[in-house]
Amino acid sequence: MRNTMTKKQQKMLKRIILSVILYVCAFFAPNGTWSEAILFLATYIIIAYDVILRAVKNIGHGQVFDENFLMAVASIGAMCLSAFSEAVAVMLFYQIGEWFQSYAVERSRRSISAMMDLRPDHANIERDGTLVQVDPYEISVGDRIVVQPGEKVPLDGIVTDGTSSLDTSALTGESVPRTIREGDQIYSGCINQSGLLKVQVTKGFDDSTVAKILELVENASDRKSKSEDFITKFARYYTPIVVFSALALGLIPSLITGQWHTWVYRALTFLVISCPCALVISVPLSFFGGIGAASKHGILIKGSNYMETLSDVTRIVFDKTGTLTKGTFTVTDVQSDQYDRKTFLHLLALAESHSSHPIAKSILEANKEPIHESDVDSVEEIAGHGVKAVIAGHTYAVGNQKLMQQLGLNVPAGTGMGTMVYAAQDGRYIGYAEIADTIKPDSKDAIQEMKAAGIAKTVMLTGDSQSVAEAVAANVGIDEVHAQLLPGDKVDCLESMMTNETEGTLAFVGDGINDAPVLTRADVGIAMGALGSDAAIEAADVVLMNDSLKDIPKAIHISKKTLKIARQNIVFAIGVKVLVLILGALGIAGMWAAVFADSGVACLCVLNAMWCLKA
Amino acid sequence: MKRAMKIEVDCANCAAKIEDAVSKIDGVHSARVNFMTQKLILDADTDRWNDILEEVKKTGKKVDSDFELNA
Repeated sequence: MRNTMTKKQQKMLKRIILSVILYVCAFFAPNGTWSEAILFLATYIIIAYDVILRAVKNIGHGQVFDENFLMAVASIGAMCLSAFSEAVAVMLFYQIGEWFQSYAVERSRRSISAMMDLRPDHANIERDGTLVQVDPYEISVGDRIVVQPGEKVPLDGIVTDGTSSLDTSALTGESVPRTIREGDQIYSGCINQSGLLKVQVTKGFDDSTVAKILELVENASDRKSKSEDFITKFARYYTPIVVFSALALGLIPSLITGQWHTWVYRALTFLVISCPCALVISVPLSFFGGIGAASKHGILIKGSNYMETLSDVTRIVFDKTGTLTKGTFTVTDVQSDQYDRKTFLHLLALAESHSSHPIAKSILEANKEPIHESDVDSVEEIAGHGVKAVIAGHTYAVGNQKLMQQLGLNVPAGTGMGTMVYAAQDGRYIGYAEIADTIKPDSKDAIQEMKAAGIAKTVMLTGDSQSVAEAVAANVGIDEVHAQLLPGDKVDCLESMMTNETEGTLAFVGDGINDAPVLTRADVGIAMGALGSDAAIEAADVVLMNDSLKDIPKAIHISKKTLKIARQNIVFAIGVKVLVLILGALGIAGMWAAVFADSGVACLCVLNAMWCLKA
Repeated sequence: MKRAMKIEVDCANCAAKIEDAVSKIDGVHSARVNFMTQKLILDADTDRWNDILEEVKKTGKKVDSDFELNA
């Protein structure tokens, strides 16, 4: 426990222990004797000297509503009423509470920074034939570094030599290691698990993934949520109001009834409760914990305010390509009566071998047979239709339905999911291949989870054709489709949805490629698969390091939970204070209860924030 | 110029008060005090940066005598 405390905390703990011992001695000393008075006074000085000192200093600076000043007045006042044991107890418990609170805050601070412990301490670079350890800052782009097994990758780069598995969990929360080999991109912050890797650095430390993420997480709690602003504003009025009520309570009834002792004591109780710290700490700590818990899953939330928005989201708008689908086009279906799949694909690939069209590329990728230029006698490209090629004496026409119609051929329609490529041999139809973007395997489940998490409406925006869009939407369970949109139309479409505010807060999910303006415009913009994509990290409010849509319901859950804890803490802290104020005014609650209402409540709020988010 | 600096501030309410007071310093465009991360994010005039920083230290100490700033 010792090394988890700061020096200040250790010193304070010693003072607290000493004071408790003295306090117990004073308690058992014979009543009304000098020894009792001296023991109480000694305890008081040991425990309270810094509070009194700060109170004097701060009052000199005009800080009337300063915590130290209020506690000093309360305890000295109690002494004047010859309530010695209570005067000392107030200070003692105030200090214990403050100590515990600072200990808990420090611990949560540390557990979160340990979780975000991404910062690499060194990089290995070869100099004059030997490997030396240097600060990652000293490495420049183009340098070759060596990452040994068990080490953190210090900078972004490309693997030039070696294979290994990478633990990316610190960045993405994903526990399955990623296999990496020569030519692969490697991101700083990952841990090299098995093999020695040689890496050519592509980014300096300040631009590397780890520096970007650290900056994002560390600055996350700077953007304050409405509840945080509420509580700081509340505290600004709370303290003066309670202090003036204390003044009124001490003077008015006393003047009427003449019972100065009773009413001044009650007024002093008010002063103890007037300290605002329990209120002020409860909320930011909840958000800090929430942001930390989310980043553990590779979900980076750029501010408490976005966490608040995320918890209110009722509509989610998705970009199709790269978000719901993989964004890579592959041959999904091949149909030919004449040839087997392999031969047919080879024929298509030969015909398309000179084309650079994306469709042609996916056919070439699907083909496993070797392609020799000499096999193709001649090729003629027919713009907007396809190609005509002469291969081994036969004339082939490969292209869309229009091309087949020109040849007077009737062809089957596809599923509507993708692009159809038909082929004819010497004027006779021989088969087709369908090329489509594939839906991510977890899209459907993720959308169901979102609906379970309270999302009322899901919408898809795409530049694709209506039929493709509708097929994808039906497959994953999307409610509304807007198809054939140009990139600029997406913003307009989103804006028209946002004007309909009765439907609630709107989130947009994209991959950060081409949709940065839409990400920025939405109430909350979520970018996914952001590992290595700077554009996405810049534009979005919530960044998912993984490429999994399932992180969205997760993020919503964490946000809702955080908001719940923050609200619980506000209600609890204000509730207890108000209750003790009332009981104090009636003379039922004494100074002991008042101390609990301040420090005790703060501690409970801290604990509530911490253990709820651990689960 | 905008910079984040490590600070030491003991209580959450003092942090809020310091943020308020620092924001009012002449030449400061915006100031954010983050109690949880113990950081001050200061956006202020570049040419008077050092003077402003001194002023920030003084102001911070006035609100909370334990305030420290490690620029």
